[in-house]
Amino acid sequence: MRTLRSAVLRGQEDRRRAVVTAHARSAPGRTASPGSEAPARACAPGEGREMAGVGARGRLVMGWPVLLLLALCAAGARGLYFHIGETEKRCFIEEIPDETMVIGNYRTQMWDKQKEVFLPSTPGLGMHVEVKDPEGKVVLSRQYGSEGRFTFTSHTPGEHQICLHSNSTRMALFAGGRLRVHLDIQVGEHANNYPEIAAKDKLTELQLRARQLLDQVEQIQKEQDYQRYREERFRLTSESTNQRVLWWSIAQTVILILTGIWQMRHLKSFFEAKKLV
Amino acid sequence: MDSAAPRSTSALLLLLLLLLLLRAERTRGAELTFELPDSAKQCFHEDVEQGVKFSLDYQVITGGHYDVDCYVEDPLGNTIYRETKKQYDSFTHRAEVKGVYQFCFSNEFSTFSHKTIYFDFQVGDEPPILPDMGNRVTALTQMESACVTIHEALKTVIDSQTHYRLREAQDRARAEDLNNRVSYWSIGETVALFVVSFSQVLLLKSFFTEKRPVSRAVHS
Repeated sequence: MRTLRSAVLRGQEDRRRAVVTAHARSAPGRTASPGSEAPARACAPGEGREMAGVGARGRLVMGWPVLLLLALCAAGARGLYFHIGETEKRCFIEEIPDETMVIGNYRTQMWDKQKEVFLPSTPGLGMHVEVKDPEGKVVLSRQYGSEGRFTFTSHTPGEHQICLHSNSTRMALFAGGRLRVHLDIQVGEHANNYPEIAAKDKLTELQLRARQLLDQVEQIQKEQDYQRYREERFRLTSESTNQRVLWWSIAQTVILILTGIWQMRHLKSFFEAKKLV
Repeated sequence: MDSAAPRSTSALLLLLLLLLLLRAERTRGAELTFELPDSAKQCFHEDVEQGVKFSLDYQVITGGHYDVDCYVEDPLGNTIYRETKKQYDSFTHRAEVKGVYQFCFSNEFSTFSHKTIYFDFQVGDEPPILPDMGNRVTALTQMESACVTIHEALKTVIDSQTHYRLREAQDRARAEDLNNRVSYWSIGETVALFVVSFSQVLLLKSFFTEKRPVSRAVHS
């Protein structure tokens, strides 16, 4: 009984964190609301139907849901994943306006050399997450466990760099140097959790839709401000190039003429000294 | 106590069941920008159900000639999409086989330029923002369908903003590169100018200095 309840709660916790994003930026409506999607995401499809048959049987099959739940929530693919080497650092760039919240979720799986399969979860394996702002200053630099969630809010607009690398050296011994990282990064209003907002502010369905539209419009406004700032930078760079080309061309022509004059005078005095002129 | 336990257990099980069955076609995907070093290849994988449509958009933002190789493989290992040296492209496919699809970006043809690549991988359709919105039995009211229309239009706006942001990033990178290049080349040319003019003078002087002892020997 207790194990089942804790398993269910843990499963729900896993699902809340298993935010599988749709398009992080250009399709803001596709917010992954954990409530609706989480169970699907956490678990493979076939096993769900298995669960249905098991459901109402009673104490005999109580163990089944627990195991299934554990298997489902642990082994389910949480969206996009990639492989990373032992000391390899993977960096992702997010170009965002200021005052934008970014939430990242990741999950790691270690490669088991003997069984030739990726283990569902690996406690003790940590990932170091480092976030740098456009000026190169470190915004966030923390060590997380094998499964983690990091959040930061941008204070300057521009390209932020999110770097992940494994801190464990055990991998080379046990894992053959391969680690599978499931990653999901949500930016701006995609990070909003609509069922939570609806519950907290007690909004009706229509009000929630309106709230979603407001969030989308706010994001568009922020992006346009950022675009104005970028355009100004671009213009400064172009004007600087223009100035440089102009002044360097003039300078080089002057230097050429001066060098020519110097050459002639020097050679003339040289030949006059040698009585050849 | 004992009789309550199985009842709450079954309630939990039912809840679990409900949550699991509520799963409909789900949207998954990611939009990431990463740096691909020279002579390197990076792959990403995603689990896709059968019959679900997925799309991959990618664009090279900075680096070299702004081109990259890309291929997509299905779980059986067949290459369903392959392009070489593309600047940007969009690829949609309906998954026939359930399993892990992988897409890779390769910069192996380049020896010294590393590229920044943006990709956007979408699986499935957009889910509703509240779980029960998807199971409506009645039609949408006028207000609700107006909201849906506005939502779709705003999505188009945001898509277009992303597109312009990427192009602007590409242009800005080129402009900054040009700015630096102008400086370095100008300094280099000035140095070359000085070196060449001095060595010309020295060379000419050396021609005439050698002849002097010869002419004196001849005269004497």
